[in-house]
Formats: sequence, C-alpha cells, structure tokens
Amino acid sequence: MKNFIPPDLIPAFPEIFLVFVTLLLLLLGVSRKDEDHSTVSNFSLFALIAVGVVLYKFSGQIIPGFNGMYVTDNFAVFMKMMIVTGSAAAIFMSGRYVELQRMARFEYPILIMFSTVGMMLMISANDLISLYMALELQSLPLYVLAAMRRDNVRSTEAGLKYFVLGALSSGMLLYGASLLYGYTGTTNFDTMAVALQNTEVLSLGVITGMVLLLSGLAFKIAAVPFHMWTPDVYEGAPTSVTAFFAIVPKLAALGLMLRVFMGPFAELADQWQQVVILISMASMVLGSVGAIAQTNIKRMLAYSSIGHMGYALVGLASANVTGVKAVMVYAVLYMAASIGTFAIVLMMKQKERMVENINNLAGLAGRQPMIALAMAAMMFSMAGIPPLAGFFGKLFIFQAAINAELYALAIVGVLTSVIAAFYYLRIIKIMYFDAPVEEGLDMVDDSRLNFALMVSALAVICFIALPGPLLSSAEAGAKVLFP
Amino acid sequence: MINFPILSLMTFLPLVGVLFILCVRGDEETIARNARATALLTSVFTFVLSIYMYVAFDKSDADFQFVEKKAWLADFNVFYKMGVDGISVFFVLLSAFLTPVCILASWESITKRVKEYMIAFLILETMMIGMFCALDMVLFYIFFEGVLIPMFIIIGVWGGARRVYASFKFFLYTLLGSVLMLLAILALYNQFGTTDIVSLSTEAQVPFDIQKWLWLAFMASFAVKVPMWPVHTWLPDAHVEAPTAGSVILAGVLLKMGGYGFLRLSMPILPEASAYFAPLMFWLSVIAVIYTSLVALAQEDMKKLIAYSSVAHMGFVTLGIFAANQQSVDGAMFQMLSHGIVSAALFLCVGVVYDRLHTREINRYGGLVKNMPKYAAFFMIFTMASVGLPGTSGFVGEFLVLAGVWQVDTTITFLAATGVVLGAAYMLYLYRRVVFGALTKPDVKAMKDLNLREIAIFVPLIGLVMWMGIYPSSVIKPMAPSIARVLENYHTRVDAWEVERAAAADAAMSAAVSNAGKDAMMKAQEAGKALGAEKEKQNQDDAEAPVKTDEDATEKGAE
Repeated sequence: MKNFIPPDLIPAFPEIFLVFVTLLLLLLGVSRKDEDHSTVSNFSLFALIAVGVVLYKFSGQIIPGFNGMYVTDNFAVFMKMMIVTGSAAAIFMSGRYVELQRMARFEYPILIMFSTVGMMLMISANDLISLYMALELQSLPLYVLAAMRRDNVRSTEAGLKYFVLGALSSGMLLYGASLLYGYTGTTNFDTMAVALQNTEVLSLGVITGMVLLLSGLAFKIAAVPFHMWTPDVYEGAPTSVTAFFAIVPKLAALGLMLRVFMGPFAELADQWQQVVILISMASMVLGSVGAIAQTNIKRMLAYSSIGHMGYALVGLASANVTGVKAVMVYAVLYMAASIGTFAIVLMMKQKERMVENINNLAGLAGRQPMIALAMAAMMFSMAGIPPLAGFFGKLFIFQAAINAELYALAIVGVLTSVIAAFYYLRIIKIMYFDAPVEEGLDMVDDSRLNFALMVSALAVICFIALPGPLLSSAEAGAKVLFP
Repeated sequence: MINFPILSLMTFLPLVGVLFILCVRGDEETIARNARATALLTSVFTFVLSIYMYVAFDKSDADFQFVEKKAWLADFNVFYKMGVDGISVFFVLLSAFLTPVCILASWESITKRVKEYMIAFLILETMMIGMFCALDMVLFYIFFEGVLIPMFIIIGVWGGARRVYASFKFFLYTLLGSVLMLLAILALYNQFGTTDIVSLSTEAQVPFDIQKWLWLAFMASFAVKVPMWPVHTWLPDAHVEAPTAGSVILAGVLLKMGGYGFLRLSMPILPEASAYFAPLMFWLSVIAVIYTSLVALAQEDMKKLIAYSSVAHMGFVTLGIFAANQQSVDGAMFQMLSHGIVSAALFLCVGVVYDRLHTREINRYGGLVKNMPKYAAFFMIFTMASVGLPGTSGFVGEFLVLAGVWQVDTTITFLAATGVVLGAAYMLYLYRRVVFGALTKPDVKAMKDLNLREIAIFVPLIGLVMWMGIYPSSVIKPMAPSIARVLENYHTRVDAWEVERAAAADAAMSAAVSNAGKDAMMKAQEAGKALGAEKEKQNQDDAEAPVKTDEDATEKGAE
C-alpha cells in the first residue's frame, strides 16, 4: 500500500477515504430522482464501519504527516473510534424519525458524514491551521443540520442561533490563534511547545491567546459561560439531529481540548488550570440546577449535557495522565448512555405525532416495561449511581481530581451530582410512580431503534463486569499525550 | 472448608432468579404466580447456602474466610475481593433470612406489578449480601449505594400516599452522604494506592489532620444510614410510605449498613479520629435515644412509632461501637442483629393489620385481643423483645451496651438507660391502644386472625428472638474473635497515638516551662544585677560616706 500512497497521506487515510465515499454518495443522491435516503444512509453506515476497521489497524503507532500538521496516534485512534461509532449510531437511529417528520432527504446522512470527517481531522490536528480548518468543516454541516426542517420556525431559529453564536466563537478562536502565532512565531503544536518552554517570562499575549482559544473550544462543548445556545438548539433541532449534537461533536471538541492543553500548553498548566476549574464548576452547577425546572425532555438533556461536560472538564483540570484517561472513559460512558436515551426520545410518539414533554412518559413502565427499564438504567447511569456504567466515569474523574489535589472541585462535583440525581430520578418517577395518563405514548416500534437501545442498555448495565478493555485502551491513548 | 466461591454464588444467585423472572411469558396471572414462586425459591436457596456457609465457617478464627480475589479494575489496583469474618457472617445470614420472609409477607398484599416487585427484591438481596461480603472499598461502595436503586423503586411504586416524597427524600439523603464517602475512599486510594480494606486497616497510617476529615466524610455516609440524630428525618417518612416488606428490609438490614460501616471502615482504618470523635458520637447517640423515644411516645401512626423506636435502638448501637470495649461492641453487634429481627417482626405485625383494615392509625384499632388472640400473642412477644425484657434478644444487646459504656462514661450510661424506660413506655402504650380496650368498631370486629402463611412467617422469628435471648453466647462466641481483633488493632493504635500526643504535649509543656524558667532567670539575673548595682552603689556610698565625713571633719577642722 505504501508504494501507491504518498507517505503524507497515510495518517489521513481514513478521512480521505471517508471524503471520497461521501462525495460519491452525493453524486448518487443527486442522480436519483426519488427522494430515497435509505440507500445513502446504508452506504454511509458501511463506510463508517469500514473506517472503524481501518482505524483499528493504526493503533499502537505514532505517524505524523503533512510536515507535522497532522498526527495519528493511539489517542487519535481511540477518539476517532468513538466519533465513528457515535456518527454511525446517529445515522442508524434516525431512519424512522426522518421519515415520520418528512425530512427524509439524502443530504441528511451526507452532512453527518462531512461533519464526521471534520471531527476526525480535529482529533488529529497538530497545528493551529489544521485545527481551525477541521473545526469549521465539522461546524458548517452542523448549522445546516440544525435548520434541516426548513418549514419549521423553531428549527430554522435553532440553525440561525447556532450559526451566529458559532461564528462568534470561531472568531474568538481565530483571534486567539493569531495572538499565539504572533507571540510564539509558529502555528505548529510541537514547535509551540518548545517555544513556550523556553519563554522565561510569560507574556500577556500568549495567555490572552490561550484563553481565547479555550473560550472557542468551550463554546463547542457548551461549557458555562458559553452554553447559552445549547437548550434552544437542542429543543429546536429535529430530535435525530439533537441526538447527533449531544453525542458526537462534544467528544471531538473534548479530544481537541485534551490534545491542545496537554500538548503545547502543558507548561502553562498553572495558568489555564484556574480557568478550567472555574468553567467546570460553573457548568456542573448550572447543568444540575438548570435542568430541574425543564419540562421538555430535549431541553432537560441539554442542561444535563452541560453538566456532563463540567464533569469531563474536571479531568482536564487535573492536567495529568489520570485526568486524561478519566475524560476519555467518561466520554465513552456518556456516549453509551446518550445513545440509549435518545433512542427512547426518538420513539416518543402520541397519535402519529412526535412529542417531547417529559410528562408524556407517565406510566410507561406499565405499557412498555422493557423500554422503561432501559430508560431507568440510562437515567441511573447518567446520575452516576452504581453499579451502572456512569458511576465509573464519575469515579475516575473524581479520582483524577483528588490525585491533582483539587479538593474543592471534587466536593463541588459530588454535591452537584446529588442535585443532578434529582431530575434523573424525576424521569424514573414519571415512568414508574405516576399513574398512566389516558392517552399514553404509543412508542415508535422500529427494529433499529430497539436494537440501538438494547445495545446501549447492555453496555451501561454490563460495563461493571468487563471494564478492562475500555480502561486499558484509554490508558494507552492517554499515555501518548505525555511523552 | 468449601472449595467453591460460595460468597459470590450467594451474592449473584438472586440475579439468576431475576433472569428467570424476566423470561416468564404469559398472561398477568401466570406471570405473577411464576414470579412469586421463582423469587421465593431463589431466596430460600440463597438462605440454605448461607446456612451451609455458616456451618462451614470456622468460629474460632478471627480472620476473613472464604476469601475470593479476582482482577477487576486491574490497572486501578482495585480487585473484586470478597470474604466474611465473625462480624459480617451474621449480617449475611440476616439478609439471606429476611428476604424470603419479605417475599412471603408480600405474597398476597402485593397484587400490582408483581414481576417488577420480585425483581426489585432479588436485586436488593444481591446488593445487601454483596455489601457485607465486600473486602474492597470500591466494591463496598458499589453495593452500598446500589441498594438505593431497588429501594427507591420499592418505596415509590408500591408505597403509600406520600410515596414520591418519601422515596426522593430517602434517595437524596443517602446519596448526599455516600458521595462524600466516595471522596474519602479516593483520598485513601490516592495516598496508599489500594482500596483493599484488610491491608488498609492493618497498614494505613493516615496523619491525624487528614484522618479527621476522612472520618467526617465516612460518618456523613454512615450516620445517614444508621440513622443518627439529626439526619434521621428520612427514616420515618420512608418507613411510613414503604410497603410492609420494604419497611422490614429497611429496618432489618439497611440500617445495619451504617453500624457495619463504622465497625468495618471507620474504626480500623481511622482509629485515632474515631477515638477523637467518640465523645461526639456518644452525645449524638444519647440525644437520639432520648429525643426519638419521646417523639415515639407522641405518634399516632403505628409505623412512624416503630420507625422512631428504630432510631432510638440504633442509638444504642453507635454508643456501643464507639465505647470500644469487648462488651460494648459485642452488645452493639447483638443489638443490631436483635433489632434486625425484632423491628422486622414489628413491621410485619403492623402489616398484618394494615392488610385487613388499610390504615396505620392507632386509634382506628383497639380490642384486637378478643378477635385475634394469636396475633395478640405474637405481637406481645415482639413488643417485649423491643422493650428489652430479659429472656428475649432485646435485653442482651441493651444490657451489654450499657455495661460496656459504663466503663467509659457513667453520665452517658445513665442518660442512655432512661431510653430503656422510655422504650418500655411507648411500646406498651402502643400495645395497649391496639390490642386491649373495648372492641367497638364494627370493621375491627370483622378482622380475621392470622392465617397459616402468616403464622409460618412469625414462628421462625419468634424462635430466633427467644433463642437469642436465652442462649446469647451461641451468637456472641463466633463473633467475639473478630471483634477482639478489630479492638486490639484499634486500642494499640489509639494508645500509641495518645502516648505520642501526651509526649508531644509534655514536650510542649516542658519547652514552655523551660522558656518560662529562662525568662525568670533572665528577670532574676536582671533583678540581681540591678540589686547588685544598687548594693554596689550603696557600698560606694557607704565607702564614700566616711570620706565625706572625713572631708567634713577636715573642713570642720580647717574652720
């Protein structure tokens, strides 16, 4: 293979392959007269699975490319595997929903694919320029996806809001990048790390640039105070798109944050740690308190995701191998529970109409015991109650915090997790304790949704029995960032 | 010895039952019947296994037995480690015994969603047995907190009118305590690189300043579970709203988790802090004993009354544990086991009349002795056991605790002993109002006496209460070596610490004394110098004086 492909392209092979397939699918979609999206969806799924297999082949080695602008290592492989899985799950689950909502167009999977490519590039970016390009490639399809239902006011509003605020955050990020380039004289992460090591006196410009970069990335993961768009976009966007938003782009942005802050800025940990601690605390508090009053399940999940990102940032604030590993494990377990939760939200239908109110779930345990059981498992997992998977995510996060002696952060973290438990319990209360309403939900009976739900429920429940593989691969990935 | 992993088998056998119940198909009636039968069969089989384990258990050995250790979170150095000693073996027995009792007790009273109910109880059994067997703190924590899930569902789905409030309060209170314990566990792990309870309790020497914080974090969790005053308020609510069997497990086993935690984690791993905070625990326990007894006296609701009496009885347990001598800890353990059976039985007694009249209000009853004589007799035995009548199990525990605490603090003993008197008052008052008096109300008149199933539930409980009351050493002997081991470790370290502290205090004192001495000497010297100077001056003056006189004389002579 090496004889045919220029060496620089090898580390980017999965992404190039994915772009190629997506462009072909675009041609296919345009050339077909009927509005059939399932063919394109199915091909996208196959492509994603193939990429997953290819990625697996890359594990265990560090391959730089494009003059150091791009790198593939264990960390990248781990995160990309997660992104590919999440995207595949999002496409897999959306089939029935987009048909019901009459938004079944072939552009839908193609936009997700393009965004996925962008996210994979983000993970591997080793230069401010490739970072920015990748970030924009993943963002632009997201804006379109949010406004996918053109005839729906809330969906267009969500798309516009997301776009305007996203552009603002990109601006901040770019400004930070330009400051960093100005003060260090390089855009490459490796040389920047060296440059920052040698600086005897920290210049204000570098710190400003770093904080602006952090703000831009914090927007992408919706950490407080850059969270304002999340509830509105989550609520307005079509549910299948919300599922994608909640699961995948955050993983990518987290991965990027880890690489940037453990890489070039590792020496400045004392500087950015304070900011990250503050953001993390604020996200945990706002995420848990804000969700309490919500009645729309998508808005509630939006606040819940803000809180979860706060927990993930605790790992980043620890700034050591344990912390990075904890973030990686946390992200995976969060993804597993999110897939299951959104599978259920995608099923919520009442009289041929999709509904989103939490109270619609009343009495679900009587009508659909298995689905209610799975949902209860997801909620307990998100609340971090053992023996479900979410507990282990929190366990490792707090262990990292204690290890880095961030006691205040750890205490705030556990206290907010108790507050957060309240609204997760509320869902269980509505499903199990409340009397079934007269016109209950007739859940969408789709084999794909059922399958996704079953897999993620099994993952969440059975993780306790077999935690080894995930932990060891996260460990292998985390070590790469600390040469 | 047993050469198969009996503890894991006992822990996870109920989950096999859960899988069976999940597989049952058919109409509602068939599912309910099969679910009941499967749950009873599994729990009885688990109980038989636990008896087998107890028979094979070496009662003279103080160490952990049937130890299993498997790699689990390997790169985190956390293992799946199980084992029982003389302390935990009885709690395992108690859990395995009460679960089939509970399932039998809800045979007829639970009619809706039987399948889920039985699943919840079997999961609960797994969590309880697992918690008492766990020898790794992470594993311990998982089982400890995992209990919340089935209990939350049991209270919330099959509970009374205010069940939602009660279940949320129960869950959030307990969770708030537990998460602080989680941080303490992680802090210990961070310092010693292991979460193995055995090696931590023998080797970990935590600096005292840190120990204080860790101990408070552990206490936050266990005190809520016990529950101690002032964090007991979730218990009356949870008890009142829970279905009968839920109350039985709550009072019978879940409350013991707190006491067990103090004995298994706080005292061995953080002995110095335990000794330091012992007076605090004494006072909290005494307040609990007296205050909740008085509150119980004023209750109109049968379950609430017994719930408050539980808080009072558990006050004796914490009192006994922190008095830390063989007698008092033996007594605390005995009290926990006895209370586990007696309070469970009392809740079952309430359940019997509740099933018939669907009210827990004491005033709605009266005169039951006339139409329910068997019930009155059984209820009488458990009331007496709760009061602590000699010959029943309740007496032994309270007596041992009081005798043990007397050696440490007589004032506390005196105050705690008033709790025994108050206990007699509220229990007898309850009994009189429910069982004696005139049988006037027509619906009470129509109540039928115990049926065969109910008698089958009560007879073994009565047997145990009497057995433990008449032959207590059959229970105390097997657990004494393990308690002695815990106490020996505790006292060695506390004594060493006190010597150290005294030495440090001495050093500080002598330093202070020597400083003071130095000051005094300096002062004396200065004073002396001053005195000397004065004297010299005087001498000079004296010496000068004759000269002067001479001069005077010469002057005079010159004149």
